[in-house]
Amino acid sequence: MDLSDSPEQAKYRAKVRVWLQEHRDEAPVFAGQDEQESIAARRDWQRTLAEAGLAGVTWPVELGGQGLGAVEQVIVNQEIARAGVPGILDVIGVGMLGPTLIAHGTDEQKNRYLGPMLHADEVWCQLFSEPAAGSDLAAVQARATPQDDGGWRLSGQKVWTTNAHFASFGLLLARTDPDVPKHKGLTMFIVPMDDEGVTVRPLRKLSGEPDFNEVFFDDVALDADAVCGPVGGGWGTALTTLMFERLTIGLGSEAMGYRAERFAQGIAADAHARRYPEVRRRLGELSLELLAVKFSGYRTLSALQQGQIPGPESGLAKITTVRAAIEAGDLMADVLGPEALEADSEWAHMISYLPGLKSAGGTEEILRNTVGERVLGLPPEPRLDKGIAFSELRAKEREAAAALSGSGGS
Amino acid sequence: MNLELTDEQEFLRDAARDALSRVKTVAAARSAIEDPSTLPDLWPTACSAGWAGLLVCEEAGGAGLGAFDAMLVMMEAGRVLAGVSLLGHLPASELLDRGGSSSVGDVAEGSARACFVAARPPGDVVAAWTVEASSGCVRVEAPELDAEGRLDGQVCWVVDAPGAAVLVVVATQADGGGPVAVVIDGDAGGVSIEPVVRYDATRSLGHVTFAGASGSVLQGVGASELASAWYLAQALLGAESLGAVETALATSVSYAKERFTFGRAIGSYQAVKHSLVEILRLRENAYSLLVYAGWAYQDAPDEFPLAASAARAAAGHALDYASRALISVHGGLGATWEHDAPLFFRRAQLSRRLLGGLGDATDRVAGELLGAA
Repeated sequence: MDLSDSPEQAKYRAKVRVWLQEHRDEAPVFAGQDEQESIAARRDWQRTLAEAGLAGVTWPVELGGQGLGAVEQVIVNQEIARAGVPGILDVIGVGMLGPTLIAHGTDEQKNRYLGPMLHADEVWCQLFSEPAAGSDLAAVQARATPQDDGGWRLSGQKVWTTNAHFASFGLLLARTDPDVPKHKGLTMFIVPMDDEGVTVRPLRKLSGEPDFNEVFFDDVALDADAVCGPVGGGWGTALTTLMFERLTIGLGSEAMGYRAERFAQGIAADAHARRYPEVRRRLGELSLELLAVKFSGYRTLSALQQGQIPGPESGLAKITTVRAAIEAGDLMADVLGPEALEADSEWAHMISYLPGLKSAGGTEEILRNTVGERVLGLPPEPRLDKGIAFSELRAKEREAAAALSGSGGS
Repeated sequence: MNLELTDEQEFLRDAARDALSRVKTVAAARSAIEDPSTLPDLWPTACSAGWAGLLVCEEAGGAGLGAFDAMLVMMEAGRVLAGVSLLGHLPASELLDRGGSSSVGDVAEGSARACFVAARPPGDVVAAWTVEASSGCVRVEAPELDAEGRLDGQVCWVVDAPGAAVLVVVATQADGGGPVAVVIDGDAGGVSIEPVVRYDATRSLGHVTFAGASGSVLQGVGASELASAWYLAQALLGAESLGAVETALATSVSYAKERFTFGRAIGSYQAVKHSLVEILRLRENAYSLLVYAGWAYQDAPDEFPLAASAARAAAGHALDYASRALISVHGGLGATWEHDAPLFFRRAQLSRRLLGGLGDATDRVAGELLGAA
């Protein structure tokens, strides 16, 4: 049982730490900047990190990465957190979409897109979710229609799109054949966000942050080489992205800031609250969950070092983190009173952020289904969407919804 | 970083599973509810497997293994509801080893079974060393050793006390000096052990009373060693609980796949599936915290109180949940003596209230964090 670095890892960590010490003054600080300035500063910082080999750590060397393992990526994340500087701007691109291009893209696509992505010259966004396709992602309706010249025409709507308002490209999952079952008629596309017919509308989150968007596509023209992976094989390509999403979230969880010590400090400052049994019970219960997540993370890392890929059970750590953090927010506000809900209080921000996080990357309920089926081997619920064409399924759904709304109640 | 089990740990775990599988411990747990005398004596099994000396150093005749190894054995015992008397024995053996007691060889070999008569260390709110009273939730002061070396006081609900050859008693000193470990033979004059069985017949408990009993004080064992033994007991109880959780999960999952209602397996219903996944979630959390406790015991002793308390609380909570879910998933059958589920429920109910109880372990997590903040 060993939590320490191997000699090579210790050497790597020391190198990263020294570099961050020497360059921390170049890192952007977040205070009183407007969003444009802040994004520009974070682009510059990502470029600096990339040039130092601290972005795309796990990418192959020939594509601009360092060719290292997940453990080294975690070391970089830990050292960045320790130095108190921001990480890269485009976590979604470098952590999830880049690796998808590396796995499924053509050589031309890799050569064209990966370098500017890594250096934040071009930021990317993930155009998967739709108003009626979130947890049930394969139900996407954005429609790409083949053209005689080999190109495509794209129409539809995407939503919950982080960074779309300053992204150069998006990786988009579209339906290319509605007359086959829903998982089969999908294709992945690379979409330039400045194309004619692309409209980005900001969505403010509950917390007030403006980094969410909805994106509309109105007869957007795409070239034949916009396709990433096989036509009709978009679901497989999407699964690759989702696997990297799980990995990115799993390896980055320490940086989310939901640490037991942080909440204990908040309580300890109040001489009455720290002795009050109910406060102590609640603090104890949520803290042990957060401590468990911390060590579950080490277990995941240890498994990665033995060459294993984290399975769906690592999603349980996300459920635990969100639950415990919600409890922590409630406890802090109960102890501090309405003052905790003041607009620029760190607790108000956390409290507002968590309800959305609960569903991000798949709702808690869907995660529990996945873990129950894939880890415990429990049978799935009967499904009505298997083996029938997507167009037929949609017609049935509309019919059923109409029947329900006409069936009384209020 | 490597948190995988070593080959030796896998061997220890598999050997424990194998040794315990030769006795029908779960069936025995059922018959013992009506007739406690039918409970098999598993101490010979423990001795021949070398568990008695697991934590005693090799020079003193033990195996010189660590807390996490002991937890692995406790998990296996918990998995089959085996009452192996290690919960009382192992922390006591560790203290006897640290104190260089002359009895440590016999204790390591198992010819003398030891019992830790524990006291909860002071925390950030309560400054005293306290023990369980015979009833109620108010804790009482630990036994007191007077200037002439006589021990007085009572400790209730002591795990594995009946039949123990050597008691290692946490006592305070009448002259106000720090706490000490007093070693007394179980059958010494002035010592009485009233055996008690409550609800879970596999668990041997005793109310231990000292009336001017004289014993010897372990040298070199002070407050920090005594506190560490308390937390070791917490971690071991947590590990034992986690073993029971694993059986409850496996049994529930397998039933949810074979039992059909309304034309489909009940495990396909989200309500049932989510409840089973909740057991798995609580299991993963508790196991991670046991890993934390095992690591802290060895490499970060300052964090051991936090880690062990968290592990015990998480595992106890997991067993509470799992033992109730086990009954619910099985429907009406789960609440009858026809099924094993009530035996796991009994184990959960009693374990939750031992060694300070789950609430105290949870409070200690908060206390440790607040103290460090």
